[in-house]
Amino acid sequence: MTGEVQTDFSIGKDPNGRFNARNFPWWLVAIIGFLALMSLLILTNPDYNKAFNFIKGEFGGISGFQAGGLAGFIGTGIAVTIYTTLVAFGVALIIGLLAGLGRVNSNVVIRNVAITYIEFIRGVPTLVLIFTVAFVIVPSVADTLGISGQSISTNTRGIIALAVIYGAFLAEVFRAGIESVPPGQTEAARSLGLNGRQAMRHVVLPQAIRNVLPALGNDFIAMLKDSSLISVLAVRDITQMARLYAGSTFRFRESYLVLTFLYLSMTIALSLFLRWYEKRLRQNAR
Amino acid sequence: MQDNNTFDAADNPAPVSRVLGDDIIIIDNLYKQFGTVKAVNGFSLNVRQGEVVVIVGPSGSGKSTVLRCINHLEVPTGGAIYVDGTHLEDKKTDINAVRAEVGMVFQQFNLFGHLSVLDNITLAQRLIRKRKKEEAERIAMEQLNRVGIPEKANAFPRQLSGGQQQRVAIARSLAMNPKIMLFDEPTSALDPEMIKEVLDVMLDLARGGMTMVVVTHEMGFARSAADRVVFMDQGSIVEMASPRTLFNDPKHERTKLFLSKIISH
Repeated sequence: MTGEVQTDFSIGKDPNGRFNARNFPWWLVAIIGFLALMSLLILTNPDYNKAFNFIKGEFGGISGFQAGGLAGFIGTGIAVTIYTTLVAFGVALIIGLLAGLGRVNSNVVIRNVAITYIEFIRGVPTLVLIFTVAFVIVPSVADTLGISGQSISTNTRGIIALAVIYGAFLAEVFRAGIESVPPGQTEAARSLGLNGRQAMRHVVLPQAIRNVLPALGNDFIAMLKDSSLISVLAVRDITQMARLYAGSTFRFRESYLVLTFLYLSMTIALSLFLRWYEKRLRQNAR
Repeated sequence: MQDNNTFDAADNPAPVSRVLGDDIIIIDNLYKQFGTVKAVNGFSLNVRQGEVVVIVGPSGSGKSTVLRCINHLEVPTGGAIYVDGTHLEDKKTDINAVRAEVGMVFQQFNLFGHLSVLDNITLAQRLIRKRKKEEAERIAMEQLNRVGIPEKANAFPRQLSGGQQQRVAIARSLAMNPKIMLFDEPTSALDPEMIKEVLDVMLDLARGGMTMVVVTHEMGFARSAADRVVFMDQGSIVEMASPRTLFNDPKHERTKLFLSKIISH
C-alpha cells in the first residue's frame, strides 16, 4: 500500500506535513552519524580497515581453520554471528511456543514442567547458563543418547544454550500473547463444536502470534546481541574475532570500535524495520 | 401497557402458532455456584422443539449462567441437563458433538478477528461438519444472504458495525445447521439504531421454527416472538407464562416490580 511508504517520509513532520524540530528523530541522526564516521574510517584508515577485514571474517570454506563442526563450514565472524542467531532463534521459537502452551495447559504436570523450565532459566545469569549448557548439559545428554560429546562443536553447543535460554523468555511472550486473546474467542470456537486443541490452533494462536510479533522482534534483536556471549566458548563470532585481533595486535580501539559498529548497524537496521512494521500493524488494526 | 423499547411490538403481529415437538432441552433442578456465589439455584425448564423461550430478569439473576450451562460453557454444580436426549453431565458424552448442534450468539459477538467474514462462517463447517471448501462457502453465502449482508463476505470483523458483526455471528452459528439457538443478550452491546436489524433476523428465525432460548432485555422481542417468557430472580424461576400473560397480568410482586422498572418512562 502506498500509504505505508508515505509514513516513512513523514518522520519528524507534524500532521500538516511541516518540519517539526521537536518530533524529528535527532537520535537517529546521531547514530547514523557514528555509523557513517566508522564506515569512513574503515574505508580510508588502514588500521581500521585491517581490523574490519579480520573481524568480519569469512564465509565458509575454511574448515581447517577450526577443529571440525559447522562453524568451520559456515566460516567466521559475521557468518557465525548471523548463523548462530538465526538458528538459535528458530529453535527458541519452537521451544518457546511449546513451553508457552505448556504454561497455560490445564494439565497440572505439563504446566508445572513448563513453569519449572521457565523459572529455572530466568533465575540464572545468561553467561552462567551458557557455560552450564555447553559444558554440562550437552555432554550428559549426548552421553545418554550414545553420541560422543566431543563431536558436538562449540558453536552448536552455543546455539543450543542460546535456544534453551531464549526458549524460556519466548515462552513468556507466547503466554502473554495467548492470554491477550479475549476468552470470548475460545468460547465462540468451543460453542461451534471445536475441541480445545482446535480452538487453540485455529482461533487463539493465530491472534496471539500476531499480537506478539513486535515483542518477538525485540527478542530477536536481544538474541543477536547476546550471541556475543558465546565467544566465551571460543566460537569465532565477531566478538571472538575482535578479541583475537585485539589480543594479537594490541589495537584495542580499532577492534572494539569496529565490533561496536558491526553490532549497532545490524541492530539499528532491525529495530527501524520493527518500528515501521509496528506502525503498519497499528494502522491495519484501525 | 406501553414500553419504549427500540423494537416495537406493534410492528410485528403476534407470534404465529408454531407446531411444537417433544422436549428438546430438559433442565432438571440446575445449580451453579461460583465460589460462594450461588448463580443458579434450583432451575428447572423444559423447552420443546420449535419453541421460543425468552428469559428475562434483573442483572445477576443467573439468566446467562443458565444459558451457558445448556452448552456446557459453564459446568453445573448440581442437577441435570438433557439436550436432544443427551445427558450433558454424563462423562461419556462428547460435549463437542452436542455443541455443534447448539448455536450460541454472544453479547460481544466474538467473531474471530483474524479471519474474514466468510472464513469465520466456514471454519467450523470445515473442521466439524467436514464440508469441502466450496460447499462451506456456498452455505456461508446462503446464511449471509439470510441475515442481509452478503456484500460483507470478504470484510474483516473490525470493518463492520456492531449490528453487522452480530448478524455475521448469527450466520456463523446457523451455517452449522443447529437444532437449537441460544442468544445471550445479543443486542445489549449494540447502539440503539442497530438493535432492530439484529432482532429482525432473530424474529425471522423464530418464525421459521427454530428452537430458541433467548436472554434479553428487549421486551418488544419477547412479546412478538416468545411462546413463553421466564422471569428469573436470584437464580431461580419466579414466574413463567406466555408473553401476553406475563407482561399484562404478572402474578408475582417481584415480576411486577421488575416490569415496572424496565417499562416505565
